[in-house]
Amino acid sequence: MATYLIRRLLIAIPSLLAISLILFTVLALAPGDPFEELATNPNVPPEVRAALRAKFGIDDPVMVRYFRWLAAMAQGDWGFSFASRINVDSLILQRVPTTLFVVGSSQLLALAIALPVGIYAATRPYSLFDQIANTLAFVGFSLPTFFTGLLFILLFSIYLDWLPFVYRSDIAATGWRWYWEMLRQAIMPITVLGLFQAASYTRYVRSAVLDVVRLDYVTTARAKGLSEQKVTIRHVARNALIPVVTLVALQMPAVFGGAIVTEQIFRVPGIGSLLISAILSNDTPVVMAVTFVFACLVVLFNLIADLLYGWLDPRISFR
Amino acid sequence: MNEHKLQKLIDDVKDGGLSRRSFMRKVVAAGIAAPIASQMLVWNGVAMAQASLPYKPTKAGGGGPLKLLLWQAPTLLNPHFASGTKDQIASRIFFEPLAGWDKEGNLTPQLAAEVPTRANGGLSADGKEVIWKLKPGVKWHDGKPLTADDVVFTWEYAADPATAAYTTGAYTDIKVEKIDDLTVKVIFKQPTPFWADAFVGVTGQILPKHHFGEYKGAKSREAPANLKPVGTGPYKFVDFKPGDILTGERFADYHVKNQPHFDTLEVKGGGDAVSAARAVLQTAEFDYAWNLQVEDEVLKRMETGGRGKVSTVVSGDIEFIILNTTDPWTEVDGERSSVKTKHPTLTDPKVREAINLLIDRESVQKFIYGRGGIATASFVNEPKQFKSQKLKYEFNIDKANKILDDAGYKRGSDGIREKDGKKLKYVFQTSINAPRQKTQAIIKQACQKAGIDLELKSVTASVFFSSDVANPDTYTKLYVDMEMYTTTQPQPDPERFLNQFASWEVATKENKWLGRNVSRYSDPAADEAYKAAQKELDPAKRAALLIKVNEIFCEANVILPLLSRTRVAAAVNNLAHDHSGWDVDTWNLAAWYRT
Repeated sequence: MATYLIRRLLIAIPSLLAISLILFTVLALAPGDPFEELATNPNVPPEVRAALRAKFGIDDPVMVRYFRWLAAMAQGDWGFSFASRINVDSLILQRVPTTLFVVGSSQLLALAIALPVGIYAATRPYSLFDQIANTLAFVGFSLPTFFTGLLFILLFSIYLDWLPFVYRSDIAATGWRWYWEMLRQAIMPITVLGLFQAASYTRYVRSAVLDVVRLDYVTTARAKGLSEQKVTIRHVARNALIPVVTLVALQMPAVFGGAIVTEQIFRVPGIGSLLISAILSNDTPVVMAVTFVFACLVVLFNLIADLLYGWLDPRISFR
Repeated sequence: MNEHKLQKLIDDVKDGGLSRRSFMRKVVAAGIAAPIASQMLVWNGVAMAQASLPYKPTKAGGGGPLKLLLWQAPTLLNPHFASGTKDQIASRIFFEPLAGWDKEGNLTPQLAAEVPTRANGGLSADGKEVIWKLKPGVKWHDGKPLTADDVVFTWEYAADPATAAYTTGAYTDIKVEKIDDLTVKVIFKQPTPFWADAFVGVTGQILPKHHFGEYKGAKSREAPANLKPVGTGPYKFVDFKPGDILTGERFADYHVKNQPHFDTLEVKGGGDAVSAARAVLQTAEFDYAWNLQVEDEVLKRMETGGRGKVSTVVSGDIEFIILNTTDPWTEVDGERSSVKTKHPTLTDPKVREAINLLIDRESVQKFIYGRGGIATASFVNEPKQFKSQKLKYEFNIDKANKILDDAGYKRGSDGIREKDGKKLKYVFQTSINAPRQKTQAIIKQACQKAGIDLELKSVTASVFFSSDVANPDTYTKLYVDMEMYTTTQPQPDPERFLNQFASWEVATKENKWLGRNVSRYSDPAADEAYKAAQKELDPAKRAALLIKVNEIFCEANVILPLLSRTRVAAAVNNLAHDHSGWDVDTWNLAAWYRT
């Protein structure tokens, strides 16, 4: 187990290096200039732009800039944002709580819907309930979040006027009122993301459970005279959920990475909206840091998923 | 009306014997345009009429929260690093200049006690010195008094090239001296007719020396006050999350009596223009949204809800087309559209004249821009004293056809005109933006009827407006026959703006296409008039010279102005606000109130 872990971590290093090199080169080759607004402004002399480019080292060759970035990253310096003129890590840390809250809650909501619905539908395949659940799941993951998001805004904010559609990270209220306001503004983004995720989870849970219910040990359990409820929860669900757990583990980087489109629609100040605004203003250090951290998380959670798999199903061994 | 008589009238106004209004009436009746008449009064030391918002509340505070929505989020709060309007708007809440610009382009004192004029001794006769008197009793948010040292420091800070301040252009060629604690003198090297640049408006915000003193030059980015501003503005800093939200609270010691009206301030950023308009006009979640580049149709539909209104102010933004007189399809010394080449057909003034007749400006305004633009034939439109009265536009396909027939351009079998084997086929480029693509289509249609074929090309805005030397699609490269975009005249004075018509500003490979003259056209008469205007101290004569520069380019049909753009904002019904096309939207935030 320990040697397996060490080997996997060692393999991760070259792959992360390769990822960072590709990301950096692509960003360096992409068109755009972080100081382009200066070029169109007649009041800013071109020397200021030249001085800024020199100061931030944009004029150096790509490889020089890459190694400079790599050396700084290795020392924990994530870079310096052109647009905000502050360190990238503090910029990212400001966004983490909101992202974790909104995207994390939506994942919980998705699981809270998908698990009971998926299991119940699988234990009664092709019943009316199963048909309805299936149809809704298809509808759910066919509708993109930007569409449902706008639909929700039109319905709940504009026609009914129940919920605000601009998310504010600091609400000027305390105590219960704060929780109430927070809930009101978070309902729509969480529901939009949660329902979309729930739709695909439901399909996974249903098919995983369906595979297990037909196995002999389930029939044995029933023959022992166990109640249907006990059979479903203790015997079927536990084994069926192994692939689902892996799936959820692989979704975890997305929880940190935020939801780009939904965050933009509801103005949720998460990592996703930071990434988008950094891309639009050609703020390469921020884009680089966010995408690279995201890549690290994907590699890390892949590893965790593999370890989890072996722990849940002892038949899988680490070699 | 002779000069002597005019001078007498001006003296009458000064003595109070003649009202401003009757002076204007008499002078206008004598054939002098109203804006020029108003400039004559200013020149002679009669204060301008203020066009800013009348302030009604009788005490400071008590207005509750004010919530602004910027769909581009502010990312930094140091006004001298603020490159985008979003950052300028945010930093203006905390910092103030000596004077700002109201919506009619009048200079309005903010930290200054009065606007310098000839009469109050603020302006020297040779145009080389300006004396600013500070308003007494102004306090920084930390309680320290504002003094002339802060003003002098601001100049040192911004002028230092190592600081890399975006405002440095206004400060490098001047010297600033302290006369006493409340008086500073600005000294120019040359006579400078337009002196209201340093310490004025967007570029002029005064920094506290006791917070930025140690962070001048290369250390500028380390100043803690970059993110926690301490200024003189109506609201004090509370919290800032770059790219998301900015909060402030009322500054109890603000230097204007009974201002500001609101207790707290919140500036939220992010999202897009349409939903920003919706959050004000339809749900009233926010009080004010800025820069709504949204089709007028959509805004009108949102306004029917009755919760908010759209307001527009004139600005110096001009949407226009360049006809390229150099050859974009031949490479000379590593660059296309080189000034050494000549365009095969667009060098013919008749062709350019015909194309100008094929632009249906009225329809473009009516069906596409609505309240967002005013059709025009003049490159400079605001302030009114700089607008050419001579230039007129016309949409006339028959006339265009006749001009081309007379010039010898015959229609070929494909319906496209040609002469000496050169076809009237052009590539017409602009940035990707729905109203621009619609405008392109309208012009293409009209050109087709006159036997001119346009190939439409649109480039992503981030590429089109970038200064990437390696990219052939940037607007300054002009590797096409025609292109269309908007350019901004930042101050209510077109001198610096019109340097894009100067021969020494032509964009070439040599200056990495950073030259401001994108059209590459030049005319010695325009150069001469421009240089004369830079030295001319008499405002009426100077305006005439600048108008001449504008007319030379528009009459040559190299620059085809389309629309003078307006700044569009939305506010809820009970908010009394004041925004200006010559300054940022928050320039007069202290005077906003709720009715």
